[in-house]
Amino acid sequence: MLELRKKKKDFVGSISIWFVRIMFFSLVIALVLLIGKIVQQGIGSISLEFILDDPKNNMTEGGIFPAIFGTIAVTLIMILLAVPLGVCSAIYLNEYAKDSFFTRIIRTSINNLAGIPSIVFGLFGLGFFILFIGRGMDDVLETGLLFGQPALIWASATLAVLVLPIVIVSTLEALNSVPKSHRDASYGLGATKWQTIKNVVLPQARPGILTGTILAISRGAGETAPILFLGAAFFLPNLPITDLCIGDYCIPIINPAKQFMYLAYHIFILATQSSNPTKTLPIQYGSTLVLIVLTFMLNITAIIFRYRFRKALGRL
Amino acid sequence: MKDIKIVTKNLNLFYGEKQALKNITLNIPDKKVTAFIGPSGCGKSTFLRVLNRMNDLIDNVKIDGEVSVDGVNIYDKNIDVVNLRKNIGMVFQKSNLFPKTIYENIVYGPKINGIKDKKTLDEIVERTCQQSAIWDEVKDRLNENALSLSGGQQQRLCIARALAVEPEIILMDEPASALDPISTAKIEELIHELKQKYTIVIVTHNMQQAARVSDMTAFFYLGELIEFDRTTKIFTNPSKKQTEDYVTGRFG
Repeated sequence: MLELRKKKKDFVGSISIWFVRIMFFSLVIALVLLIGKIVQQGIGSISLEFILDDPKNNMTEGGIFPAIFGTIAVTLIMILLAVPLGVCSAIYLNEYAKDSFFTRIIRTSINNLAGIPSIVFGLFGLGFFILFIGRGMDDVLETGLLFGQPALIWASATLAVLVLPIVIVSTLEALNSVPKSHRDASYGLGATKWQTIKNVVLPQARPGILTGTILAISRGAGETAPILFLGAAFFLPNLPITDLCIGDYCIPIINPAKQFMYLAYHIFILATQSSNPTKTLPIQYGSTLVLIVLTFMLNITAIIFRYRFRKALGRL
Repeated sequence: MKDIKIVTKNLNLFYGEKQALKNITLNIPDKKVTAFIGPSGCGKSTFLRVLNRMNDLIDNVKIDGEVSVDGVNIYDKNIDVVNLRKNIGMVFQKSNLFPKTIYENIVYGPKINGIKDKKTLDEIVERTCQQSAIWDEVKDRLNENALSLSGGQQQRLCIARALAVEPEIILMDEPASALDPISTAKIEELIHELKQKYTIVIVTHNMQQAARVSDMTAFFYLGELIEFDRTTKIFTNPSKKQTEDYVTGRFG
């Protein structure tokens, strides 16, 4: 006869499972508490006016529209700078560069870049973008003090450097996951290396690249320290917008030379430099809630793109 | 010799220090099926990949000796590898269709060769699918994802894709090893059809398959070419003891 009855309980196994379960639920509880607190404190101050108005009366009243706008503008320009640069670097590293001592140093450096405290990036941005590049351009072009001062473009550029390792690493992983057999098939049909990368590798790597973009948005939109010295303003009544006119036809565009308000920075100053904490506290929580929702919405856009790319690959 | 397509002379191949092919001299006839048999690791797949320079993609591979197709040395400095691979199609062991539609898989090769005209592409799709005996199964679903096809259909579509660049030679690396008997039979039938127009070189683990589909058979063992002769001779009256032991199933 086969012995089919359970012999004894697998104690180690069930303890491990319970340990994992408890860990998981603690995480969920922490997240729920955090978001719950923000929603509970912040929801009261959310209104259409709060979203669409300027701050008034020394930040104790009014809305946060300039900060929302600034956050979106900075993040979008950051993505425009970081994604092409990061994706191209990753393609070069994965597809073209030979595995040598030099490329290994580069790979290690990229990974280490992700671990550098963000305030260091802020100082780097000030030193490199504003003082070196900006002032350098001013000297060469004799524009006085035009480029060499805090501006939206420098903040975006600094955040782009900050999120670059995220974009590169996730793109590298995506490129690596494209099966060798697909490359072989392409080469076997007489494709060149670039044709293979463009037509076979990149389409399959797109969802992974977008994952990197999603992570980069979340990281970039939430940072305060790197943009402290790079154009984030305490209060600005004007949006960083200029009309671009071609003949009589004008469209408003984001002006990358202007300073801007930034949600994360706005929360920081409300929390540290408020003239009236009782009045600003609800605004502070409201801003936090808006920041979370905004990041979430930027992410959703990228996630929808990723979903569509994956569907096109039939790999859902 | 007019009816010889591929000639290799004293071909040696090294993976780093390890020699994978030893002094291979072989004449592959035109518009015939030539099968490579031998136990795993004997170098038959490596040799197949020498013929369209797929080994170029692997670091650390050194090749000496001569390989010529239609009298042209394909390892010459002036040879355009990309062009070479257009003329020598390849079908792999596992179907490696792209995660694109059936249509796009077939037109991939023609498209990178600069064919843009929709009508021409449509014709190529129909012709190659007819040739690879899959047209009736896919004609109504050309815009579906190719990966939704069954394994056997996928492999025949791979053959159609290879035919779409109009090669003269088709290399097949164990094309039926992952398929069920019915799909295998279809592929073998297809090979019979294709040899009217193409020179086919097939690597196979399955000796019955080699006996069924090929005109010539080469037996490889430990990187050496042991015997190369007409298939009937190899399977009924081989001249080497090792070949006989292998084809009768005494080892391997």
